[in-house]
Amino acid sequence: MFAYYLDLALRSLKRNRALTVLMVLAIALGIGASMTTLTVLHVLSGDPLPGKSGQLYYPQIDPRDLTGYLPGKSEAEAQVSWIDGMNLLRAKRADRQALMTGGTVAVQPIRSTLDPFYEGARYTTADFFPMFDVPFLYGRGWGASEDDSSARVLVISSQLNDKLFGSKDSTGQMLQLGDTSFRIIGVLGNWHPTPHFYDLNETDYGENEGVYMPLSTSQDVGYDHDGSVDCWGNGGGGKRVDHSAPCTWLQFWVQLDSPAQVAGYSSFLVHYSQEQKALGRFQRPPNVQLRNVMQWLDYNMVVPDDVRLQNWLALGFLVVCLVNTVGLMLAKFLRRSGELGVRRALGASKRALFAQLLVESGVVGFAGGIGGLLLALFGLWLVRRQPASYAALAHLDPTMLLMTFLLAIGASLLAGLLPAWRACQVTPALQLKST
Amino acid sequence: MDILPILSTLRRHKITAWLLIMQIALTCAIVCNAVFLIGQRLQRMDMPSGIDEHNLVQIKLAYISNRPDATARAQTDLAALRQIPGVQQVALSISLPFAMGGPNSDVMLDARQKQRTLSASNFFGQNLLPTLGLKLVEGRDFQPGEYVDLTTATAALQSGELKGLPQTVIITKAMAERLWPGQGALGKTIYFGQGVPFRVIGVLAGLTRSDSLRNGADYSMVMPISVDLTSGARYVIRCAPQDRAQVLGAALAKLKQIDPRRVVLQKGTYDDVRRAFFANDRAMAGILTGVVAALLIVTALGIVGLASFWVAQRRRQIGVRRALGATRANILHYFQTENFLLATIGIVIGMALAFGINLFLMKHYELPRLPAVYFPVGAIALWMIGQLAVLGPALRAAAVPPVVATRSV
Repeated sequence: MFAYYLDLALRSLKRNRALTVLMVLAIALGIGASMTTLTVLHVLSGDPLPGKSGQLYYPQIDPRDLTGYLPGKSEAEAQVSWIDGMNLLRAKRADRQALMTGGTVAVQPIRSTLDPFYEGARYTTADFFPMFDVPFLYGRGWGASEDDSSARVLVISSQLNDKLFGSKDSTGQMLQLGDTSFRIIGVLGNWHPTPHFYDLNETDYGENEGVYMPLSTSQDVGYDHDGSVDCWGNGGGGKRVDHSAPCTWLQFWVQLDSPAQVAGYSSFLVHYSQEQKALGRFQRPPNVQLRNVMQWLDYNMVVPDDVRLQNWLALGFLVVCLVNTVGLMLAKFLRRSGELGVRRALGASKRALFAQLLVESGVVGFAGGIGGLLLALFGLWLVRRQPASYAALAHLDPTMLLMTFLLAIGASLLAGLLPAWRACQVTPALQLKST
Repeated sequence: MDILPILSTLRRHKITAWLLIMQIALTCAIVCNAVFLIGQRLQRMDMPSGIDEHNLVQIKLAYISNRPDATARAQTDLAALRQIPGVQQVALSISLPFAMGGPNSDVMLDARQKQRTLSASNFFGQNLLPTLGLKLVEGRDFQPGEYVDLTTATAALQSGELKGLPQTVIITKAMAERLWPGQGALGKTIYFGQGVPFRVIGVLAGLTRSDSLRNGADYSMVMPISVDLTSGARYVIRCAPQDRAQVLGAALAKLKQIDPRRVVLQKGTYDDVRRAFFANDRAMAGILTGVVAALLIVTALGIVGLASFWVAQRRRQIGVRRALGATRANILHYFQTENFLLATIGIVIGMALAFGINLFLMKHYELPRLPAVYFPVGAIALWMIGQLAVLGPALRAAAVPPVVATRSV
């Protein structure tokens, strides 16, 4: 039966080429635009560490003085100061914890064919690698002893390894950063958490850094840090923040595996804030936050407003295209009242006619889906040419590919429902008489 | 023109008529808001910076090794850059308008104030006013003796030793008027941090901030603090617009010659800086324009399709009317009026929808209210689109010969 309906549908569609093309085009445009923006939104609001992000928390406290304090309204600080960061790190109240900040270092390649260049760096502590499930291609991360001794050791990304050592195992090799020489102990595997959740000061969707070294080492050597610095009182920011300065410039992450641990850590933060207030370091009443990765991204509104706006726009566009298709399909089906009347008179049930017409709208939907897919691929290509930091990520994955077709066929079936129902209401006798 | 027969015909095609009205309404609502958004973006991209944009090139460098003598090296660089033919002025600046990032401070009117009066973007570095072409409307530029080195200033701030800090500041007119409405700003004092005083010695016509524009785009101030490359500062060179490419090339070569052990992080004209800052706005305006065009085309094609259908369906009636004496013009006008009526209903509903969408956007995306001027613009656009789209089918209807009435099929 389906094959017969399909045949009827194709014949009918061929008869009114212009109208068919118009319907297919409308659906294709609507689907293409929506899928482009939905894909961008899907990629940008994705989970950077699926399966792990629910256990990673970002503790926030408020160490500032009373200037600018609005009780109940002031948000906790977005980063931690050196003193608080070290206190929380050493308290070891979580299963794992890492204190970190970003920077850039001058890499001096051994191969003289390459000019010196600047590379993004992460200064962090040992738990960074196990806590974020960072894969290693060669070697390993460092441990607590390297942190304690400010060891001159490095972990580098596979991209930097490719660039400097032609993708060979570089562990054990030395690398000169500025005036200091480091021993490479590990090379990362393919690791690109998107968004760059652990430090949103860097571009949210950019490449992750090429060089990882112990935080203590970076301070010992005296590397500048990059990222935002928030100071209060008489604190002065800059590239090298004094460790005792009243400024926040480090990120602190912890891993907490159970709700009980989360509750425990929260009360620890409150307790810590009270203790620091009693010591006179903090002036505000305890104001703590403990957000997991997705909550932290949400709080920081990482997905650009423009992308959300484009998504609404595309959905509006899809609705207009669908209304357009409903109108055209209604016109098309009603025009065939005569033919439908004959089929009814020959014994076809209303159900059969309804099914036949829905098959026809399904065919339009399928063609529209293919057109929409092509348009979405073109749209994503256009997005990739945009200057935004997330541009390079705009690719269609299998989920979105499937969704494109489901959306296209679903939308055109939906658009076909009303016209098909309306067309089935023909009175066979009346139609036969008039012809 | 008889409207009643048209209405009675439409009553017999309720669903189709309503679908067309709905499509026009949705298109009208989206187009009004999209055009408004495009206007917003274009207006934003036109925002003045307060500096002589077309006369500037910038170079940002970083040392490969530690340079304890960076301050002295900055003097050498500045002197050498000044010697390049075509160079009019050279500055070393921590930031530029629209350069993204850069320092800012909370400003207070009283030393004991607990809430900030405003947040201002901080500009500092050597020789900023003459190089950037900043215009003083009152007061004077800094004198050489007023400058303090950034490292010294930071250390002094930390230790609470106010003598080591700069004492003077130049603010924008917008900031002066916000701080002391209707009064002169010269000689008045503003406070940073825990009551650190700065005396206002000059007022600038304008200078747009370098960080987030949300905190007041024109609240900026210049401080007499000198910097070097280690603090992330950049060289800014002033020259004639036509000399920019050549001066940039010569400056890069000169800087490399003075000290090859540094890496160029940024180089280009100020126009590049501005273009990069507004790149997203430009892209968004482009996307919106594309969507508006696509929407209007889809709606126009929809009207063509439906009108064609109606014309085909009413061939006999048209023939009868023609046989009874209606002229071609009568038939043409009939379809045109029909479309005008449908478009008008659609536009009225569309206006209400446009208002609703605008309220939604205002709530979620920090947008201002849709100005009333966009409503007639949207209406006229849709009326025109409707009339253009219906013209073809209507002409075909007018061409139906009266003899059709006499044919049985």
